[in-house]
Amino acid sequence: MAARESTESRLAFWATALPPLLWVAVFFLIPLGVIWAYSFGENLGLTGVSISGTFANYARAFEPLYLQIFAKSVFVAGVTTLLCLIIGFPVALAIVFASERWRPWLLLLVMLPFWTNLLIRTYALIAVLRTEGYVNYGLAWIWESASWLKTLVGLEPLAPYEPLQLLYNNFAVVFGLVYVHLPFMVLPLYAALDRLDRSLMEASLDLGAGHLRTLFSIVVPLALPGIISGVIITFVPALGAYLTPDLLGGPDSQMIANVIERQFKKANDWPFGAALSFLLMYATFIAIALRAYLSRGKAADAHGI
Amino acid sequence: MNDASPAPPKSAVKPIISFRNIVKKFGSMVAVDNVSLDIEPGEFFALLGPSGCGKTTLLRMLAGLEVPTEGEILIDGQDMRTIPANKRPVNMVFQSYAVFPHMSVADNVAYGLKIDRVPEPERKTRVQEALDLVQLGHLAARMPDQLSGGQRQRVALARALVKRPKVLLLDEPLSALDAKLREAMRFELSQLQQKVGITFIMVTHDQDEALAIASRIAVMNKGSIAQLGTPSDLYEFPASRFVADFIGSVNMFEGTLVRDEPDEAVVDCPELAPHAVHLPHAVPGKVNTPVWVAIRPEKITLHKDSGTPPTPAECPAGHNIAKGVIREISYLGDTSIFHIDTGKGNLIRVSRPNRSRWDQDSFDWKEQVWVSWAGSSPVVLLS
Amino acid sequence: MRTAKDRPAPLEYNRRWSMRLWLTGVFIFLYAPLMALVAFSFNDSKRNIVWKGFTLKYYGQLFRNDDLMIAFANSLTIAFVATLLSLVLGTLAAVLLWRFRFPGKAAVEGAMALPIVVPEICMGVAMLVFFSSVVPWPNNLVWPFNLGAIIIAHVSFCFPFVAMVVRARLANFNKEQEEAAKDLGASEWQAFRDILIPHIRPALIAGALLSFTLSLDDFVITFFTSGPNTVTFPVKVYSMVRFSVTPEVNAASTMLILLTVVLMVLGALMQKSSQRRS
Repeated sequence: MAARESTESRLAFWATALPPLLWVAVFFLIPLGVIWAYSFGENLGLTGVSISGTFANYARAFEPLYLQIFAKSVFVAGVTTLLCLIIGFPVALAIVFASERWRPWLLLLVMLPFWTNLLIRTYALIAVLRTEGYVNYGLAWIWESASWLKTLVGLEPLAPYEPLQLLYNNFAVVFGLVYVHLPFMVLPLYAALDRLDRSLMEASLDLGAGHLRTLFSIVVPLALPGIISGVIITFVPALGAYLTPDLLGGPDSQMIANVIERQFKKANDWPFGAALSFLLMYATFIAIALRAYLSRGKAADAHGI
Repeated sequence: MNDASPAPPKSAVKPIISFRNIVKKFGSMVAVDNVSLDIEPGEFFALLGPSGCGKTTLLRMLAGLEVPTEGEILIDGQDMRTIPANKRPVNMVFQSYAVFPHMSVADNVAYGLKIDRVPEPERKTRVQEALDLVQLGHLAARMPDQLSGGQRQRVALARALVKRPKVLLLDEPLSALDAKLREAMRFELSQLQQKVGITFIMVTHDQDEALAIASRIAVMNKGSIAQLGTPSDLYEFPASRFVADFIGSVNMFEGTLVRDEPDEAVVDCPELAPHAVHLPHAVPGKVNTPVWVAIRPEKITLHKDSGTPPTPAECPAGHNIAKGVIREISYLGDTSIFHIDTGKGNLIRVSRPNRSRWDQDSFDWKEQVWVSWAGSSPVVLLS
Repeated sequence: MRTAKDRPAPLEYNRRWSMRLWLTGVFIFLYAPLMALVAFSFNDSKRNIVWKGFTLKYYGQLFRNDDLMIAFANSLTIAFVATLLSLVLGTLAAVLLWRFRFPGKAAVEGAMALPIVVPEICMGVAMLVFFSSVVPWPNNLVWPFNLGAIIIAHVSFCFPFVAMVVRARLANFNKEQEEAAKDLGASEWQAFRDILIPHIRPALIAGALLSFTLSLDDFVITFFTSGPNTVTFPVKVYSMVRFSVTPEVNAASTMLILLTVVLMVLGALMQKSSQRRS
């Protein structure tokens, strides 16, 4: 009986384990491994790559040109994350304190863009921001109304409206990244704030603290693990963003992902692209490890260990 | 300030807290329905009632954590309408204690003083004093999760008291403690109140707790105050069936008032027939209208069935008695509760102290007995 | 008027006008571009900025555009197959990590979470290299087998999400239920089928919805694995967007948005009914 059961459970184990393990190994780890190997390789002719163990690709990645793009990517992702935090925090707070009837709808409203195709959302921004887009159209209308008002009181009309260049620059990239990543920030913040015991905030008010003071000495410290989560969850995809800088950015707003893409699709320098990919991946892992480290420290702190 | 407030303070003492015609609605639900109440300085006041009766809402409005829909609240004569929670001279001990988990005990207590910009040396001494007051002086450096529930409650107490509020608010202060600790804390809370000398207002659903600690109690039901009085007022002279039933245990008989003279009142209760209930004084209510008679179990005496009915004090023969069979005996240690079946409806509950270890005249299951009560024991209620 | 009827309590942040204004502003920020996109897909003007009147002609053009329709069919096929495979693999992975203890479990756990955190671009180039130099996917296969490489790539990043959702649901499964089933004579497989699967049904629905949407939405990874004959909807739209903003792209986008909303509503309804059952 016992023997039969143990064979059965061993069988169950392998039946459960093999398919996902094989899939991850063959269709995920091996491809990554190949890229990793390529990053130590050299180009041979037009398509061949020989893996010679060279570090030349990494050395090249640390040339000022690429370092600058890396730094710029980190900066853009950082600004995006900060803006998402500033915009998203009040949103999360308002949803947490919304009535039972409203809360699911507000959450749905935050999630819906998250489920909508990234390409479409970026495209929608192009339509809004381009020189003949809605923003410029609206501004032109205001400008012309002002001009008309001036003529009405007998003054010289304003000069004709010059459309603002809102697209194909760094502003558009940050705008687009914030637009796309805001739900990534709001949802973890919501989860963290929702877990917070309200009587702690009430106690703080009761003891004489104002709302801002309560926010910074009670809410933020206690919601810190959630805030860190939100920051990392926003920062990581923003750092590796390809589509937004590609479609909304100008020639000087390339991010690291665009450079990688070019190595593989246009410049045909796979080893160098592979090295850049792995550097991006390491940066991502560092961010995630940082999150694990910070939230563990906080959890231990909260438990007074 | 020429409001037509119909709640003039009865005593000459200026009340520290005045609720005037307070109404609180949550959507269409009326949580507090036109409550007016004065609380005097130095009282240990309890708001007592079942859950959902509006007592916590009333306390939270006083703290400024909820805003009344109508009416006004005065603290020490000052209208609180425009004063936010963080500027009110009251402090609260929360039901969950709400001790800040990321601050040490001392930092928790110092929090309110830091906000008031109390200078460092004074702050230190006041924190230490407050901690000593609640006997936590030695745990100042601990983090809250290294404390027991009782200790956390003391932190919450110290944290509120260190601000020297005019009134301390306690929301179900003992409900999260285990039974033994609860008993001890009752005593400690009233000691503490006498020591600091300020007004305490406590919300509780536990009638024992309110009776044991409070100097005055407001019993609340469905958003209104059902009765206001001292613990013995409420217990001995309940104003309604709700209060009689909510505070302590009671036998309730429905009946008709048949006679109401200055020195004598008689109520006929079908459940007690053929014996009538007799009281040696006038009662509220009109003759020939329905009333309820409430008698506490400990005010009923049990008699062996010796053939002749007993004659209780202060009343004519044949009144204030009933005959029945013991259906059940619950032995509680200090007392025993007997359930007597008169065969006409509800069981009559009689409580009897177990004075000696071997009861001389013990009663047994299924035994035929008489019960009786003094004329002054029952209370006649109209609602 | 001295009543305080409309004054919010201190913690009712949602009732402060400043917060409401902020919330409204954020939702306008999130939705105005999409609304404009949908509205102007019905606009009878090529310039696409001033409202000239209602028309469905761009939808007509859409349906006559064979390339776009093929791309759409490809996308749905890929999403459907990838979702089925992801459900099986994801559920197995979740059960594996929840039920069994084995050496190297932490490493397996990490490997399963990796596809979720690895930047899309890295995964994209990895798939490109894998399917072009390691195991070249034959490009002369008949439909739908020519989509195999894309489907495999999609499964690789979808099934860890399914595993995550299912595992969260398994965490509150009472193991005694399964033991009771075995006590009553059920085999390992019967207990799995009759007890565990019904319990995780809501997670399976959520996971299916998640992987279907992820697959349908993916551009970056597909961009690197698709060939000239295996264009998906987002890849096709991308090439259109590169040229200009046209009402036809608006119409195509509107259809995809509609599909997303329908999927979400469907998922919510299924979720609700399966929760009612359990």
